[in-house]
Amino acid sequence: MTATLEERVAEPPELTGTKRPDVRSAVFAGALWACLLLAGLFLMAVLLVILQRGWARFDLALVSEQPSRLNPEGAGVQSAIFGTLWVMLGTILLAIPIGVAGAVYLEEFADNTKWWNRLIEVNIQNLAAVESIIFGILVLAFIVRGPIGTGFVVLAGSAALAMVILPIIIITARQALRAVPQDIRHASLGLGATVWQTSWRQVLPAAVPGIATGTILAVSRAIGEAAPLILVGATAFVTFNPEGFFSRYTVLPVQIFTLVKFPEEANLQLAWAAILLLIIILLAMNGTAIYLRNKFQRRW
Amino acid sequence: MTFGPVTPGSPGAIAESREAGNTINLTATSRRPGEQVIKVLLAASAFLSVIITIGIVVALFAPLTTFFANVSIVEFLTGTSWTAGFGAKDSWDDKDWGVLPLVVGTLLTMTIALVVAVPIGLGVATYLSEYASERLRQTVKPALEVLAGVPSVVYGVIALIVLTPILQDLLGANIFNNLSPGIITGFMIVPIVASLSEDAMTAVPRSMREGSYALGANRMQTTVRIVIPAALSGIVAAVVLGISRAVGETMIVAIAAGSQAQLTLNPLVGAQTMTAFIAQVASGDAPQGSPVYYSLFAVGALLFVMTLVMNIFSIALVRRFRQAY
Repeated sequence: MTATLEERVAEPPELTGTKRPDVRSAVFAGALWACLLLAGLFLMAVLLVILQRGWARFDLALVSEQPSRLNPEGAGVQSAIFGTLWVMLGTILLAIPIGVAGAVYLEEFADNTKWWNRLIEVNIQNLAAVESIIFGILVLAFIVRGPIGTGFVVLAGSAALAMVILPIIIITARQALRAVPQDIRHASLGLGATVWQTSWRQVLPAAVPGIATGTILAVSRAIGEAAPLILVGATAFVTFNPEGFFSRYTVLPVQIFTLVKFPEEANLQLAWAAILLLIIILLAMNGTAIYLRNKFQRRW
Repeated sequence: MTFGPVTPGSPGAIAESREAGNTINLTATSRRPGEQVIKVLLAASAFLSVIITIGIVVALFAPLTTFFANVSIVEFLTGTSWTAGFGAKDSWDDKDWGVLPLVVGTLLTMTIALVVAVPIGLGVATYLSEYASERLRQTVKPALEVLAGVPSVVYGVIALIVLTPILQDLLGANIFNNLSPGIITGFMIVPIVASLSEDAMTAVPRSMREGSYALGANRMQTTVRIVIPAALSGIVAAVVLGISRAVGETMIVAIAAGSQAQLTLNPLVGAQTMTAFIAQVASGDAPQGSPVYYSLFAVGALLFVMTLVMNIFSIALVRRFRQAY
């Protein structure tokens, strides 16, 4: 839907005033331009600083060695890399099916004149703006301790991150489903398919690129998220790779947080290298999402 | 959905759609029990979000009964000293439970962030919406997405290791201060403020700009007097969402603002924020059932209420500006 809105019907008419631009206009435009420049310079500075500082320790040991307090010069962050992989696997398994199913319900089945469906919608909007650390408190109270009591394990981290990205996945998947034209649904229903058959065989396949883009962006947000995981046990100094969903763990962003707090310069260098690794992973994922969006976005 | 009711065999709904005349009733004539099961499963997935919200409320507010049985609510909200981390681990009485230092630390950092984020964010949004060529927009928007995609823990390290030493040299700031994380948090929320307020400005109909130009206004006058006022509720919503992000931001302050709760308005000395306190308690060893453990929920509940009020305000404003045109 946004795609068609962005298409300009015709070239806009030239509406520049005939008088020469006055000084105030020029200053105003200059100030706006300076804002853009400042934001751009900040982004460049951030990326350059990460590259420059991370490069020194961006070596094989970073991925092949475990963290070590005794030998930070030769240590790596392997346990955090594997921890991130395990936590993300759990997050993906939890958040994507539930998120897409919720989106299909709200777009294809729900009658949005009913108050309970509107409640769900407003609630998802609110949940999307809830600060991620709050989800950490929720998981700490109910899953790590309390009724389920798993302790500080991978699954608890996955649950926290799944809650962080669930609203994002629902919202983006709904936009993708909404972009599929009604004609397709009407044709399918007209041939005798049920609403579910229509959703599963026609609407969802047509919406896959949009859903994939939103999902990749949501997952890349989750990879960089540290705050909720601090509450559910990722701050442990773990020197072994997790063996499953019920293993103790740490993840890359939290490992960076842990390393920065140590006094040794070598740990700081290791942290910068881990940051570089994290940024490369996230840029690659964002790039993939943007590529998918541009390549597969169908215009109906 | 426009194709009518989906509950099979609901006569009222069918009659309603006949009366409406323009919708076709496409309810399947054969009853498929599997269809209902699937619908219930899908609805349950959507309803899970409500359960999560209820879970948040219970998780945050249930421990408060214990907390406020030991700490008076007046002391919590008006006390000016917070020493939850000191003293014996299982004693309530040897600590000060006034949350104001944490709140002031949070608001101080948030204010610095806004001083950075609002002018830059609105400037970028105005430039993109009213001045930039289509090609520049296509370049800048993905760059903004990259800026928004940098994890906050990375920004925290940059604040502590890169920006703080500069501020120490220039202004004599402490190693842990609120200025450095405030500035970096500000840059972190620039993309949020910029992209939401750009949406609001782009939603202002072209006819309003054309009307302004036809009356002889130039581009700056049109922008300042027509587009920005027309988009104001959307812009305010963007700023409010930015505020709520700045208040809830955890990693930057946890790394760079230090862990001393002190009541000060001086941004050059470190004052702990609410989120930084939660992170500090959680990353240390807070035994379950200890006073510090309960205080984590009390501070979390206060944070949740603060951000929730702002988010509801922001969502209501966005809805208003969407209805306007």
